[in-house]
Amino acid sequence: MEPGGELMSLFYILIFPGFAFLVAFGLFADFFDRKLVARLQNRQGPPWYQPLADMIKLLGKEDIITDHADRGIVNLVPLFGLASVAAAFLYVPLWSAEWPFAFTGDLIVILYLLTIPAFVLVLLGWYSPNPFGSLGTGRVITQLFGYEVPFALALLTPAIVAQSWQVTDLLRFQLMDTWFIAVVPVAFFVAVAALVGKLERIPFDTPHAETEIVEGPMTEYTGRKLALLKMMFQTEMVVGSALIAVIFLGGPYFPGLTTALAGTLAGPVVGFVVVLVKTLLMIFLLSLIKALFARLRIEQMVNWCLVWLTIPILLQILIILVLGAV
Amino acid sequence: MGRITFPIGPQHPALKEPESFKITAEGERVVDADVRLGYNHRSIEAACQHRNYVRGQYLCERICGICSHIHCNTFARAVEELLDLEVPMRAKYIRTIVAELERIHSHLLWLGVAGHEVGFDTLFMYVWRDREIVQDLLELISGNRVNYGMATIGGAKMDLTPEIVSKCMEGCKLLLERTEYYKGVATTEGTFLKRVEGVGMLSQQQARELGAVGPTSRASNVPNDIRHDFPYDAYDQIQMEFEPITSDLCDVLGRTIVRVLETEQACRICLDLLPRLPEGDIQVRARPRVPEGETLVRCEAPRGELIYYMRSNGTDKPARVKVRTPSLANWPAALAMLDGAYVADVPITIASIDPCMACTDR
Repeated sequence: MEPGGELMSLFYILIFPGFAFLVAFGLFADFFDRKLVARLQNRQGPPWYQPLADMIKLLGKEDIITDHADRGIVNLVPLFGLASVAAAFLYVPLWSAEWPFAFTGDLIVILYLLTIPAFVLVLLGWYSPNPFGSLGTGRVITQLFGYEVPFALALLTPAIVAQSWQVTDLLRFQLMDTWFIAVVPVAFFVAVAALVGKLERIPFDTPHAETEIVEGPMTEYTGRKLALLKMMFQTEMVVGSALIAVIFLGGPYFPGLTTALAGTLAGPVVGFVVVLVKTLLMIFLLSLIKALFARLRIEQMVNWCLVWLTIPILLQILIILVLGAV
Repeated sequence: MGRITFPIGPQHPALKEPESFKITAEGERVVDADVRLGYNHRSIEAACQHRNYVRGQYLCERICGICSHIHCNTFARAVEELLDLEVPMRAKYIRTIVAELERIHSHLLWLGVAGHEVGFDTLFMYVWRDREIVQDLLELISGNRVNYGMATIGGAKMDLTPEIVSKCMEGCKLLLERTEYYKGVATTEGTFLKRVEGVGMLSQQQARELGAVGPTSRASNVPNDIRHDFPYDAYDQIQMEFEPITSDLCDVLGRTIVRVLETEQACRICLDLLPRLPEGDIQVRARPRVPEGETLVRCEAPRGELIYYMRSNGTDKPARVKVRTPSLANWPAALAMLDGAYVADVPITIASIDPCMACTDR
């Protein structure tokens, strides 16, 4: 790697399109979501700087650690959550299939890293003396049974079609063929619904159901830890939406525009803008779902996911395999 | 599976007012529910004994913010019974109209809160936006959004001008449309139905045995409604078809439907009475010293049967005022509903009796 290479990598990882950009986009995505849900509910909604103001306020508050908690774990775990989500974002190709961090199997790595936030919540609820914490932890684990397998299978379905575990290969397939949403629409539906469960949004937000268990695993946490947790949720929404936009909605490719700008400097820039727009489209979909439905109980959620997510995605994979063999 | 005991209240996002519940759960099933009431006790009944009837009425109106008029009204009716006073018909009409508008506001408030308890915030926002229609009407009539002070001992405080009457009719017609919409939402929205169907079951026999009142009992097919069974004020002047609204679903969905249909019925009652307001005075003079006697008056508050017992001793202060609020009567039924329920259903089940902790504790 040339001398400038390491510096370039650091820039990519920490500034753009890495951590700093992800946090900034996370704050914007949170505003976008809250404003949209508010307008759908016939309200005004917060101003654009509200998520940033919330972060600053939380960082200024006292960070309380209960006696029951293990200091080391409770201090480190929220950092791990945010770090894992930020690491997952590195492997999402944002402007072209020539992505510097791509490697064979990075789709599996993304899926693995995106499961860590759930365990962050489990550990935090476990180390909370509050009964709401343990109730929330139980629900987080139970909810995992509902969405984790369908989410993984839904993202693996395009991989089976394209015969590769690398996200950039999925992008190349979409450039040459059609977008995966047209090839495996069931997988798109399952991926979106499972993402709603992963992000713990209505209708699957029972692990931190405010009217039942206050904040669930996050009840006892305040100050910097709560800020990190909120940041983790916001960035997870961005990463999940960007992942689905890239894998199912064609990523940086826009019919006509991509071939016209191929090879030029404007190509990646326009591609990047296209990915941002598609990610916001996904967040729009998530916000619409949040405004439309009530909250399901935990056993209703798991049952629904079994019937409407796990079984359809298995059928979809079966169809793909049969069609592939034929 | 380990048992966990966790508190809901006195401070909890599910409760709008403080009461203390101790829920013992095995996994997600409730095995034991205990309630401690009294966090809102303000000794209003004792305070009434040291105040004359006019100040006592003002105080009793503030037992509750949501059902303030009905307290004001029933207190006035109790004193009028003791004074053997006949209130002019126009005043009775005005009292009834304000009581029905209050019923609309209370039921819409409940529907929004119920939506919030099951995570359906969109319903909450829409219903409370439409509730502003009736709040504006009440402010137009009385000057206040709560604690209207429209009933005095001897009649009604303020008159309804023709402009106010026509605005009220417009508002009620708009509310009828909106109520149709919410009827649709309550009966067809899938995720909402999943949260309220089969939740908080209270059989008809349980409702009778535990003394449930109001929409809680009517949703278990017990057709008790004081407005229909023992009409007071202008309820016997209603010309339209007026039957107690019941449901045989016996669950939270039944209570939701009963309340939405009662809102519709209240709009129609207002539209029925408003154009037929009789001419005349709105007040008769009442003597400050009430002769010895005792009386018991009942009415149908938004939450159920409200009873006022009053004993007078010839002075201008009552010897005893006893208030039996409907929320107090519904608590045993609420605890019976929690038996074997899911933890996730506890907030909506408690909310389904429309508990008013301020009314409960006085």
